[in-house]
Amino acid sequence: MPVSKERIIRPDFSLSPRIDQVGVEERASRFTKRSIKKETKLNGLKLVLNMIDLTTLEGKDTDGKVKQLCYKAMHPHDDLPGLPTVAAVCVYPTMVKVAKKALEGSGIKVASVTTAFPSGQAPRDVKIRDTKYAVANGADEVDMVISRGKFHAGEYNFVFDEIAMIKEACGEARLKVILETGELGTYDKVRRASDIAMQAGADFIKTSTGKIQPAATMPVTLVMLEAIRDFYYKTGKMIGMKPAGGISKSKLALHYLVMVKEVLGEDWLSNEWFRFGASSLANDVLMQLVKEETGLYQAANYFSVD
Amino acid sequence: MATTKKPVRKKNSTAKSNTIKLKFDTSWPYAPAPESKSAATIHKQYDLFINGEWQKPLSKKYFDTINPANEEKLSEVAEANEADVNRAVTAARTAYEQVWKKMPPKERAKYIFRIARMVQEKARELAIVETLNGGKPIRESRDFDVPTAANHFFYYAGWADKLEYAFPNRGTAPLGVAGQIIPWNFPLLMAAWKIAPALATGNTVVLKPAETTPLTALKLAEIIQEADLPPGVVNILTGAGATGAAIVNHPDINKIAFTGSTEVGKIIQRAIAGTNKRVTLELGGKAANIIFEDAPLDQAVEGVINGIFFNQGHVCCAGSRLYVQESVAKEVIRKLKDRMESLIVGDPLDKNTDIGAINSKQQLATIRKYISIGKKEGAEMYESSCPLPGKGFFCRPTLFTNVAQSNRIAKEEIFGPVLAIITFRTDDEVIEKANNSPYGLSAGVWTDKGSKIFNMTKRMRAGVVWANTFNKFDPASPFGGYKESGFGREGGLHGLLPYLELKG
Repeated sequence: MPVSKERIIRPDFSLSPRIDQVGVEERASRFTKRSIKKETKLNGLKLVLNMIDLTTLEGKDTDGKVKQLCYKAMHPHDDLPGLPTVAAVCVYPTMVKVAKKALEGSGIKVASVTTAFPSGQAPRDVKIRDTKYAVANGADEVDMVISRGKFHAGEYNFVFDEIAMIKEACGEARLKVILETGELGTYDKVRRASDIAMQAGADFIKTSTGKIQPAATMPVTLVMLEAIRDFYYKTGKMIGMKPAGGISKSKLALHYLVMVKEVLGEDWLSNEWFRFGASSLANDVLMQLVKEETGLYQAANYFSVD
Repeated sequence: MATTKKPVRKKNSTAKSNTIKLKFDTSWPYAPAPESKSAATIHKQYDLFINGEWQKPLSKKYFDTINPANEEKLSEVAEANEADVNRAVTAARTAYEQVWKKMPPKERAKYIFRIARMVQEKARELAIVETLNGGKPIRESRDFDVPTAANHFFYYAGWADKLEYAFPNRGTAPLGVAGQIIPWNFPLLMAAWKIAPALATGNTVVLKPAETTPLTALKLAEIIQEADLPPGVVNILTGAGATGAAIVNHPDINKIAFTGSTEVGKIIQRAIAGTNKRVTLELGGKAANIIFEDAPLDQAVEGVINGIFFNQGHVCCAGSRLYVQESVAKEVIRKLKDRMESLIVGDPLDKNTDIGAINSKQQLATIRKYISIGKKEGAEMYESSCPLPGKGFFCRPTLFTNVAQSNRIAKEEIFGPVLAIITFRTDDEVIEKANNSPYGLSAGVWTDKGSKIFNMTKRMRAGVVWANTFNKFDPASPFGGYKESGFGREGGLHGLLPYLELKG
């Protein structure tokens, strides 16, 4: 006999911990007071570069554009030898095949947004097919969006089930769950959505699509990191974090690293557990790296735009 | 068949869950980022600032002032004796009678505004000197002490010509010469708290900074001189307890303002009994910080950390007693321990230092004494694992669990980075425990429920109660204690009253 859905008892997500807005913003700003100098800066910048999901998510994306981006991912700046590559290239499902081929043998992951990104306004079977298509084409990672409308309507079980089903559709691919925090409105809701995503099987939680303002902010990321920490203590399971959108400067990226280091510690300081969803950040990091090496800032023209 | 499946995994996973721990010793440590000492000038020797000039002490004595972070001598300062105090009081009296009392209030305001602006202009230097002499981290002297001191001068400068609106239909008159004795935990800020309202209300001042931290007060004297304040309006005398006693006992002083220990506060009370000196005392504390189960825990933990480890715990309103509701106690303690691991103890001049040097050898001994008392009393001690510098006076952030109300570490003021954690079950219980203290300076309440905040704050016997935050200061907000934490208020409109006679 099939078990009726009503019998499944899930945590009451409306009871997720509360977040004090003033307190969390004050704490987040404290990380920006850390002074990052010399080898700390150099190593930090390399780490940032290695954590970037280089992204192109546009209606006008073509095979050519994706190939160029993949080349940039593998060769961020050949003038400076010994640089790490970025972590992944993030594209739409239709571009996965192209990216996969272009990145072959590089170790760089292909991430694909799915589930009717960025709005997520599509029937569930479409979302599942979208995901399966990306995975079948070789996506190593899937970036899904949650149904924010259902979330705001308090239908947490709907959101939960949807994430669980997409997780199933992912198979071996790692699942990043985009909360689109810019549409959630409060830190309480960011925390609640984080808890739902992690309980439902997310491997990563991610702030934003990059299509909505505000995208990633430090306080929002802090709330999510704290949710990850609490979940880790409860279950022993590590969850990754990906702030996306709005991080285009090295200095800000280093502040994020400081935050990860001081909230979650050493284990999260690698691209297996922390990513930056960004496209213009890479060149700013490269510019800073060159400056650290040579003592001089080079003009933007010396850094390739792909 | 059933024997082939052993529940091995389950056993493994429970074993694992007991060892879940975040690792904060990282492969990405912060490189040293010291603030430059060269941005500050410290003379080899400082005399007494009397009547607008630097005067040699009649005592002919000087004493060393050191940097508690490396025990090296920074400078030597004059030790004022009774005769020096008398000179300073005479200068202050003359300035009061002949200049300051008669000056139109808006002219007085101009001087105070000028001091405020100059404190801002010299903010970097003042912050460095404060850190060198007191041991507090540069982040705090730069972001808190110096800007808040400037704000205090700005705020009271604004009141100088508006006293008739502060107390409508009551005439106001200054008291005369104020003797002010300040502690070593916030040397410049306490000087600002004392001098600004005294000047705004038309009094003149004889101020004694603490023995261990005289330098920023002397820097302030330089600013006052540069600001062209009429001679004698502010006099700054360095010295130890005997100098303070000479100020307290001087017959021509009209008002004593003291911030410091309850013990000395009581001595002052006795000394001035029978005289017509007015007095305000801001003394010790043992603040209760209360976390309810519905509180935003991560922010509460951050508040507790700031409440007790701010300025190495050398804060009279430090949240040194943490009351946490039993249902969340385990989680809160775990979060506190994790947060403590990310606190950096070390060179106060380093911009990344969270906890600097303990102010003096003597204070470090007191803190250590209390830590060993806590252990002997059976409380469980935990300290963070950070390395400590080889020289200087340092103490790791420390907490005690399993503490009872009757433990000395829960009753007495330690004035260091040591937190005593006590659990509770109900609202009434925690109110009773929180108020069960001879002190009553400050308290904190952490809950998501607005009505509970008002209920708690109403029943708490403490001068300042913070809700969902801690250690927040604003010049417009009065500060002061109940019971053995003293009396009189500093800051805000209330802070004018101790320096005024109200008529009619």
